[in-house]
Amino acid sequence: MASSPTDAAIALTRLGLGARPGEIERVAADPRGWATAQIRPQGAPQPSGQFADTAERVAQYVDYQSDAGQVRRDRRPPTSMASDTAQTASAADPQAVARREARQAARRDITQDTAQEFLARAQLGATTDDGFAERWALFWANAVTVSAVKFASGAFVGQYEREAIRPHVFGRFEDLVLAAEQHPAMLLYLDQARSVGPDSMAGARRNAGLNENLAREMMELHTVGADGGYTQGDVTELARALTGWSIPTARDQGQTANPSPNRPRRARAMANQIEPGPDGFVFRANVHEPGVRTVMGKTYPASGLAQGQAILRDLARHPATAKRLSRRLAAHFVADDPPPALVARLEDAWTRSGGDLAQVARALIDAPETWTPQPAKIKTPYDFVVSTHRALGTRPQRIQPLRQALLDMGQPPFAAPSPEGWPDAAADWAGPDALVKRLNWSRTAADAAQAADPNALAVAALGARLSERTRLAVARAESRPEALTLLFMSPEFQRR
Amino acid sequence: MTALNMNRRRLLAAASAGVGLAFAGRVAAQTNGPANKLVVVIARGAMDGLSVTVPYGDPNYVPLRGGLAIAAPGEANGALALGEGFGLHPALAGLHDLYGLGQMRFAPAVALPVRIRSHFDAQDVLENGGEGLRQQTDGWLNRAIVAAGGTSLKGLSIGAQTPLILRGDAPVSSWAPGGQVRGGDRIASLLQDLYVEDPMLGQNLARGLATEELVGQGQNMDGDEARVRRNDVQGLGRAVARLMTGAEGADIVAVSLDGWDTHAGQKAQLQTRLTGLDQLVTGLKDGLGETWSRTAVVVATEFGRTARANGTQGTDHGTGSSLLLAGGAIKRGGPIGDWPTLADNRLFEDRDLAPTMDIRSVFKGVLRDHMGLDRAALDARVFPASAAEAPAMDGLV
Repeated sequence: MASSPTDAAIALTRLGLGARPGEIERVAADPRGWATAQIRPQGAPQPSGQFADTAERVAQYVDYQSDAGQVRRDRRPPTSMASDTAQTASAADPQAVARREARQAARRDITQDTAQEFLARAQLGATTDDGFAERWALFWANAVTVSAVKFASGAFVGQYEREAIRPHVFGRFEDLVLAAEQHPAMLLYLDQARSVGPDSMAGARRNAGLNENLAREMMELHTVGADGGYTQGDVTELARALTGWSIPTARDQGQTANPSPNRPRRARAMANQIEPGPDGFVFRANVHEPGVRTVMGKTYPASGLAQGQAILRDLARHPATAKRLSRRLAAHFVADDPPPALVARLEDAWTRSGGDLAQVARALIDAPETWTPQPAKIKTPYDFVVSTHRALGTRPQRIQPLRQALLDMGQPPFAAPSPEGWPDAAADWAGPDALVKRLNWSRTAADAAQAADPNALAVAALGARLSERTRLAVARAESRPEALTLLFMSPEFQRR
Repeated sequence: MTALNMNRRRLLAAASAGVGLAFAGRVAAQTNGPANKLVVVIARGAMDGLSVTVPYGDPNYVPLRGGLAIAAPGEANGALALGEGFGLHPALAGLHDLYGLGQMRFAPAVALPVRIRSHFDAQDVLENGGEGLRQQTDGWLNRAIVAAGGTSLKGLSIGAQTPLILRGDAPVSSWAPGGQVRGGDRIASLLQDLYVEDPMLGQNLARGLATEELVGQGQNMDGDEARVRRNDVQGLGRAVARLMTGAEGADIVAVSLDGWDTHAGQKAQLQTRLTGLDQLVTGLKDGLGETWSRTAVVVATEFGRTARANGTQGTDHGTGSSLLLAGGAIKRGGPIGDWPTLADNRLFEDRDLAPTMDIRSVFKGVLRDHMGLDRAALDARVFPASAAEAPAMDGLV
């Protein structure tokens, strides 16, 4: 397809995270090819840095949890003493104090690691040549959101994005969603790790029961959608099928994380009725609700872990899933109220390819609706901040100012307000206070910028999308910071 | 006061003869006791010197300026008399009081060594102290700290980022008021111009800024002086003064004031900007207390504005402008440098006030006599190769 002069700027802003200096010129020869070349079987680029992988984080988290249990026991008064004297004794116990401090330190370390993960992601966003792959990955991370509003899920959210999302964003959707639902981050965020089959061995013993949270969100938010044709009965059936999906505990770790040479890992695990899955995942047969399940009219025989996996794959392949996520993609990349023709193209690509996200991505790139000159979307705060760094040719250096800026603009790091993920419409991000906060950020970024020529920077950032009005405003500004503030706050920089 | 008095007033004829003595005496004073204080205020956007130090005695002033002309002293909203046919803008009452105390001077027609009309480029030259564009990557105020011994003087910039004038080898600190953008800010109206075809952004930003304004008023009513908001220039002055006092107080400070690019509706804008400037200086004076006697404040801009008013009750980018000096350390005296007059054949390129003095001469005079820098360092390092073109001005402090 022939390219117009605005296509390079559209590609880098609408499909990417904004242009870095010189990028529009490099992309100009083939803007569609630029995006298509980023569709790789191995998925999206990874943030750089030394971070714990999921298995290591599980070990740290399990340590933290068992310390936490000990701290709770320290606080609990022994039955033979009155509670007030017990607290005094406990507070004075140097071992208990040390344990409490160690636990607080462990929690702090994990939180700081997550903050560094976020900084590394923002740095990748600010510097990558694969802006489309990055936006595509962030879309999918948001479509199956894990939020750090809970400490437990926050402890794993970096690993979640790196290991469950990014490798799968150009593969089959069902593989992506299976990796996501089985990751400790999701199992902890939506309480699946605590769900117990009432008629399982453990359920009968402990009087514990189902938690439907993950099952419901799997259907409502991750796959077919609220109008996808399921009932409350289907949710409960799925919740029963998912029982046993869990994460290791200290007891499992003692037996599986330090394998003794004379007992094969799987044998030991099976002896404890644990079936290891991907890193950080365990299937607890003794917690799994026995029996046949029926979900949306289809019957699934009792098969342990495989039962829930089979239901999830069917949900992922359901036409309602293709329809819902095609619309969400179009609304994310092109317009809050997307052109039906575009949604139809994406849905068609999805259906014909059996949910191959590489084919869906190609359909998005090839769709004429993607390249309409008029920008309809407001950047999210994260994309706005990252794109200012890209325009300036810089990257965020420290987490604290980045966190504060995003907090001010309403999108705190890794902390989507609900399992639905971040909202995606102009009304959500461009309210009065949010715009004042964007202006404050723009001024701060502009004051800190080292840009010799704001006029050239405006052209490099927006290319043919730079309007005459904005060009003149930048040229007439009375200082460099004023020029850059106007550029960052201009309609064409705020929109894409 | 006649135009004749103002005509071609000669610079101090014996300037160079007195340099050595003045230098020797001042260094001795500087090495004893606490360091003197220097505040450089950069008025960004090209301050209109003809409205700041009003040449009401020049017969061409009113004809050129028309409705933008500031009335002569004694008339309604008239200038505040400075002598020799000049008067201060009526918004500068605090500075005029200082003039009465012998603590304020002005140079009516200074400019950079190069003739450029780009704000960005001219501010670079003003701050890096070179003879032309991008000759230095650091600022003259930082090089002055280095020349004074590196660590004996403490530098401080006001704002989120260190401006070029204070960037360089000497470590300096910075401080920014925590205030938010307000509806009255220049940027708010510029953005409304950008948003004419994007009413959603325009209306929402206007609403948000109006809310900020209410929040700000509430805070003022609570008497919360610890938080300095963006438009509270007097509060800024007092806050900067606090940062300059005490054993660890800053000795050399750079402050930026924005909003001087008055292409349209100049009179009202300058009333606001100059009121702010006056408040900044009086805030500094109040806050510094007895340290004010050891303080010099320099107010400089990157270039002046056209001698004639334009078609939108404003002025466009020009050349010569005014520089102001204030502070307890400033010596009583009249205008610094010649007045070129506004006669037709005197205007630079038939449009701008012609400069009669290199602005660096004033900077160098202040650095030498107030901060104790030696002449060789000033001529070679702080302002490279400036000895012939911009000799240090005598008798300022």
